[in-house]
Amino acid sequence: MPKKVRIPTPLRKLTNNEELIEINAATIGEALVELQTRFPGIQERLVDEKGEVRRFVNVYVNEEDIRFLKNRETPLKDGDEISIIPAIAGG
Amino acid sequence: MKALKCRECAREYPLEATHVCEFDFGPLEVAYDYDRIKKSLTKTAIESRPKTMWRYRELLPIAGEPTVGPLVGFTPLVKADRLAKALGIRELYVKNDAVNYPTLSFKDRVVSVALIRAKELGFETVACASTGNLANSVAANAASAGLKSYVFIPSDLEQGKILNSLIYGANVICIKGHYDEVNRLCAEIAGKFGWAFVNVNMRPYYAEGSKSMAYEIAEQLGWRLPQHTIVPMASGSLLTKIHKGYQEFMKLGLVANSETHIHGAQATGCSPISVAQKAGLDFFKPVKPDTIAKSLAIGTPADGFYALKVMRETSAAADDVTDDEIRDAIKLLAETEGIFAETAGGVTVGVAKKLIASGKIPRDSSAVICVTGNGLKTLDAVQGHCGKPREIKPSLREFEALLAHEEKVNA
Repeated sequence: MPKKVRIPTPLRKLTNNEELIEINAATIGEALVELQTRFPGIQERLVDEKGEVRRFVNVYVNEEDIRFLKNRETPLKDGDEISIIPAIAGG
Repeated sequence: MKALKCRECAREYPLEATHVCEFDFGPLEVAYDYDRIKKSLTKTAIESRPKTMWRYRELLPIAGEPTVGPLVGFTPLVKADRLAKALGIRELYVKNDAVNYPTLSFKDRVVSVALIRAKELGFETVACASTGNLANSVAANAASAGLKSYVFIPSDLEQGKILNSLIYGANVICIKGHYDEVNRLCAEIAGKFGWAFVNVNMRPYYAEGSKSMAYEIAEQLGWRLPQHTIVPMASGSLLTKIHKGYQEFMKLGLVANSETHIHGAQATGCSPISVAQKAGLDFFKPVKPDTIAKSLAIGTPADGFYALKVMRETSAAADDVTDDEIRDAIKLLAETEGIFAETAGGVTVGVAKKLIASGKIPRDSSAVICVTGNGLKTLDAVQGHCGKPREIKPSLREFEALLAHEEKVNA
């Protein structure tokens, strides 16, 4: 079973409006590369010039922020669900 | 209002219900035509208008009339001489949004703007992710505006805050998790349903409402800025908007250019921004919150970067206080000024005390403490920490005996 990435609204123009993308990558870093190969332009929206995930982008694996896991090195296993979510305001 | 503009790359977007830049995920912010505003927004014009936050409406992002929350704002700026003496500072004021209308927190400012804009853009359902106060305000203001509302909150919130949303007939959804998880879910819901989420897709308009607190402070001080302002930080948005409000008033010539420091306050149990500020960093590390100041319990603060930037640029400090210090500060404010603040107010007063004691706020200066919510909503936090009533029979003899006994104990 592959892993799934949930694409946020602002990026769906790049994925032909597809919301859920199946991938085979083994880490978050690889997932970004795989997405870029299939949807050119998507990676630069998510990572900065130094290759770090942009500061207003939050990435979650099965509901856990990757900054509490291993950031780009966070391993992925079959069935994992990855969410990419813009930071939102307080409440 | 001219357009929405990305705070990171300055790309412009139309004035719609959208909140992030498609290119770098930077937050979008409303851009204004200040040259035009300068012509109509004079001190005389403002002073001739009703005492609500709409007296500054040219600087708030609505297109038409204020149809939701027409009475919000212009809360008291209390000259706090007894608290000033207790903290050891020359001139101190409390901006008291604990009595904001209609739901007793500063959130009524942001929600009225967001709901007016939601109506202008044709939405019929409004929603929010909240630590409590925002949910109360969305529920109440949606009820009075005839809008349907959904509010999403962490399930461990204070009972008072949950009831304060239910009473207005809002759909209250408790999420088993902390605020950051509620937030994440709401970002996904907002992408799927065509609702106006006040702090997601309506955020650029919503956040601007906070500026009104700064305008009022400046006007109520007699058209001048305080040297120091102490602001509670959850996402960090309020702090950045107080700064923006002061900057705009200087730009428009409504106050003289002056040095003003904007300090941030957090609870030790959720202090990603103050920890980063104290370490001299320009980025923060997310945390999992554990504090009685639930209204400030945001572990991944969306405006943390900008809050750090404002504190750096205004040579300000940040600090944090423990749960016990929060309770002590709530009591201190109540006993010196007769103001009962919620836990966030305890955080702000507690941090003000620390910053004055350490000299980061000099004793010979003027400061404003922003109290953003009402203590009646967080009774659980002080229950059992503020003494007990004494009980007697309706007998004069018993009362005299009680007084005599207490005089002896206190002697």
